[in-house]
Amino acid sequence: MARIKASILSHRLRRTLLPWLVPFLLLLVWQLLSIAGLIPSRLLPAPSAIGLAGLHLAESGELWTHLSVSAARAGVGFLIGASLGLTSGVLTGLLKRAELLLDSSFQMLRNIPPLAMIPLVILWFGIGEEARVFLVAIGVFFPVYLNTFNGIRSIDPGLLEMGRVYGLNPWQIVTGIVLPGATPSILVGVRFSLGVAWIILIVGEQIAANSGIGYLAMNAREFMQTDIIVFSIILYALLGKFSDSLARGLEFKLLPWHPNFQRVARDERSKHALS
Amino acid sequence: MSPFTPDTGTSLQLDQLTKAFGGRPVLSSIDLHIPAGHFVAIVGRSGCGKSTLLRLLSGLEIPTDGAIRVSGAPLRGVNQQARIMFQDGRLLPWKTVLENVGLGLRGDWRPKGLEVLRQVGLQERAGDWIAQLSGGQRQRVALAKALITRPRLMLLDEPLGALDALTRIEMQQLIESLWLKQGFTSILVTHDVEEAVTLADRILVLEQGRVARDFRNELPRPRRRGDSGFAHLTAEVLESILHNDEGSGAINEPAIHAVNSNTHHNKSNGLGNSVRPGSSVATISH
Repeated sequence: MARIKASILSHRLRRTLLPWLVPFLLLLVWQLLSIAGLIPSRLLPAPSAIGLAGLHLAESGELWTHLSVSAARAGVGFLIGASLGLTSGVLTGLLKRAELLLDSSFQMLRNIPPLAMIPLVILWFGIGEEARVFLVAIGVFFPVYLNTFNGIRSIDPGLLEMGRVYGLNPWQIVTGIVLPGATPSILVGVRFSLGVAWIILIVGEQIAANSGIGYLAMNAREFMQTDIIVFSIILYALLGKFSDSLARGLEFKLLPWHPNFQRVARDERSKHALS
Repeated sequence: MSPFTPDTGTSLQLDQLTKAFGGRPVLSSIDLHIPAGHFVAIVGRSGCGKSTLLRLLSGLEIPTDGAIRVSGAPLRGVNQQARIMFQDGRLLPWKTVLENVGLGLRGDWRPKGLEVLRQVGLQERAGDWIAQLSGGQRQRVALAKALITRPRLMLLDEPLGALDALTRIEMQQLIESLWLKQGFTSILVTHDVEEAVTLADRILVLEQGRVARDFRNELPRPRRRGDSGFAHLTAEVLESILHNDEGSGAINEPAIHAVNSNTHHNKSNGLGNSVRPGSSVATISH
């Protein structure tokens, strides 16, 4: 019994630790090379120096101001873009007429990279908050829209027919069959668009901003603070990873029925059975 | 023999029923009367129109010509008295077993849902997701879902086609016992002639959109695959399906022979099996 418990524990430990092995080794090599003087610190500071720079920023409070500004921009832009994408996707997915009216326009606009609109956006909004929120919202809109539309359209017609035979009304068919059936696909769109949101925000903040993490990096360039630049880049990576975990958490929560997301539940059960 | 129960089952009357898809007739002028409470099997080759006939009876398709009367009243729209059980179950994976059974029902249906799940032997799985069930269990859920509203007409569209042989026999027994108890009219579309002979009082052989043969089946229930009457009727129905097919006479003869020898074989080992006519033909032609 104790041995089984121990083996499960070590299994779980391995599952949490193993993904960090490669990043850790890379950092180690990097630090050693820096100490040996093989990497000039002016071009790429040692990980310890970067960590120190981050610590200073955190202590002065600068880090939290920029971080919350960036997070707010990403969050607001994401909410606007995702809710518009979801609504339009549901509309065009359900109504043939809405699809005819809107889909080809969306497909045309989709091919414009949001960042190509920066000059125009600066003319419209200046370098205020609206500009960046607008860019993020546009970038988020299309992945959510496309995946919602596709999710609705790829629902098994057999299930819709079954709904009809079993006397469901159109509202029950939409809420009971169409939307739950499209949810996995919608969540793929959400996850993808969270990544897009950060990418657009990075560029947006570096080109025209006076706050945010992108600004922090650009400002550091002026003063040749390589450590802060690299720290900002790492911050983006961490934020991206964080929002991806958030989206995955959402998948686990919203798709308990999906075979892909039942692994955890099974693990929990076996843990309870053994303890 | 059959529980003739006019108050629980519906009678069906088909008058000159015709269905064409894009000008190509699938069913031509079918006249048929099915009394309430009967168990009718429809067999035939793929594309003979048997599934279309079932969809017409459920109201999912609209006849090109002719009419269907359900207990005397002409059928318009989806047939409210009927429930279909599909081959692929058509259960919603995002609802639990119990929620699937009660789909679309209002009020306090949960006790009734648990009761029908008990009838199909799955009440302890009520809270599970569909993905956690085996193929046979899913079809039991589909059956429970069809039964919960106490339908007067049960349309079975190859409901056991995807199941393994042993599960199929269990399901046939289950369907038979529920039919005997509840007395709904049953229409079973199947490829499996032995299944038709096991369950139905009447076997219609459909061919090119017409009823080619109409067999009465008065074998006593429960029917055993090894019995000589069973084997005889199975062979006869098979022959009428295969024989009427022009141009492939060469493989007809051994095919029937193969199925006959299979049924003899069943008698000797005592274990029912459901070798399908199609698979026998395949074996012979190799």
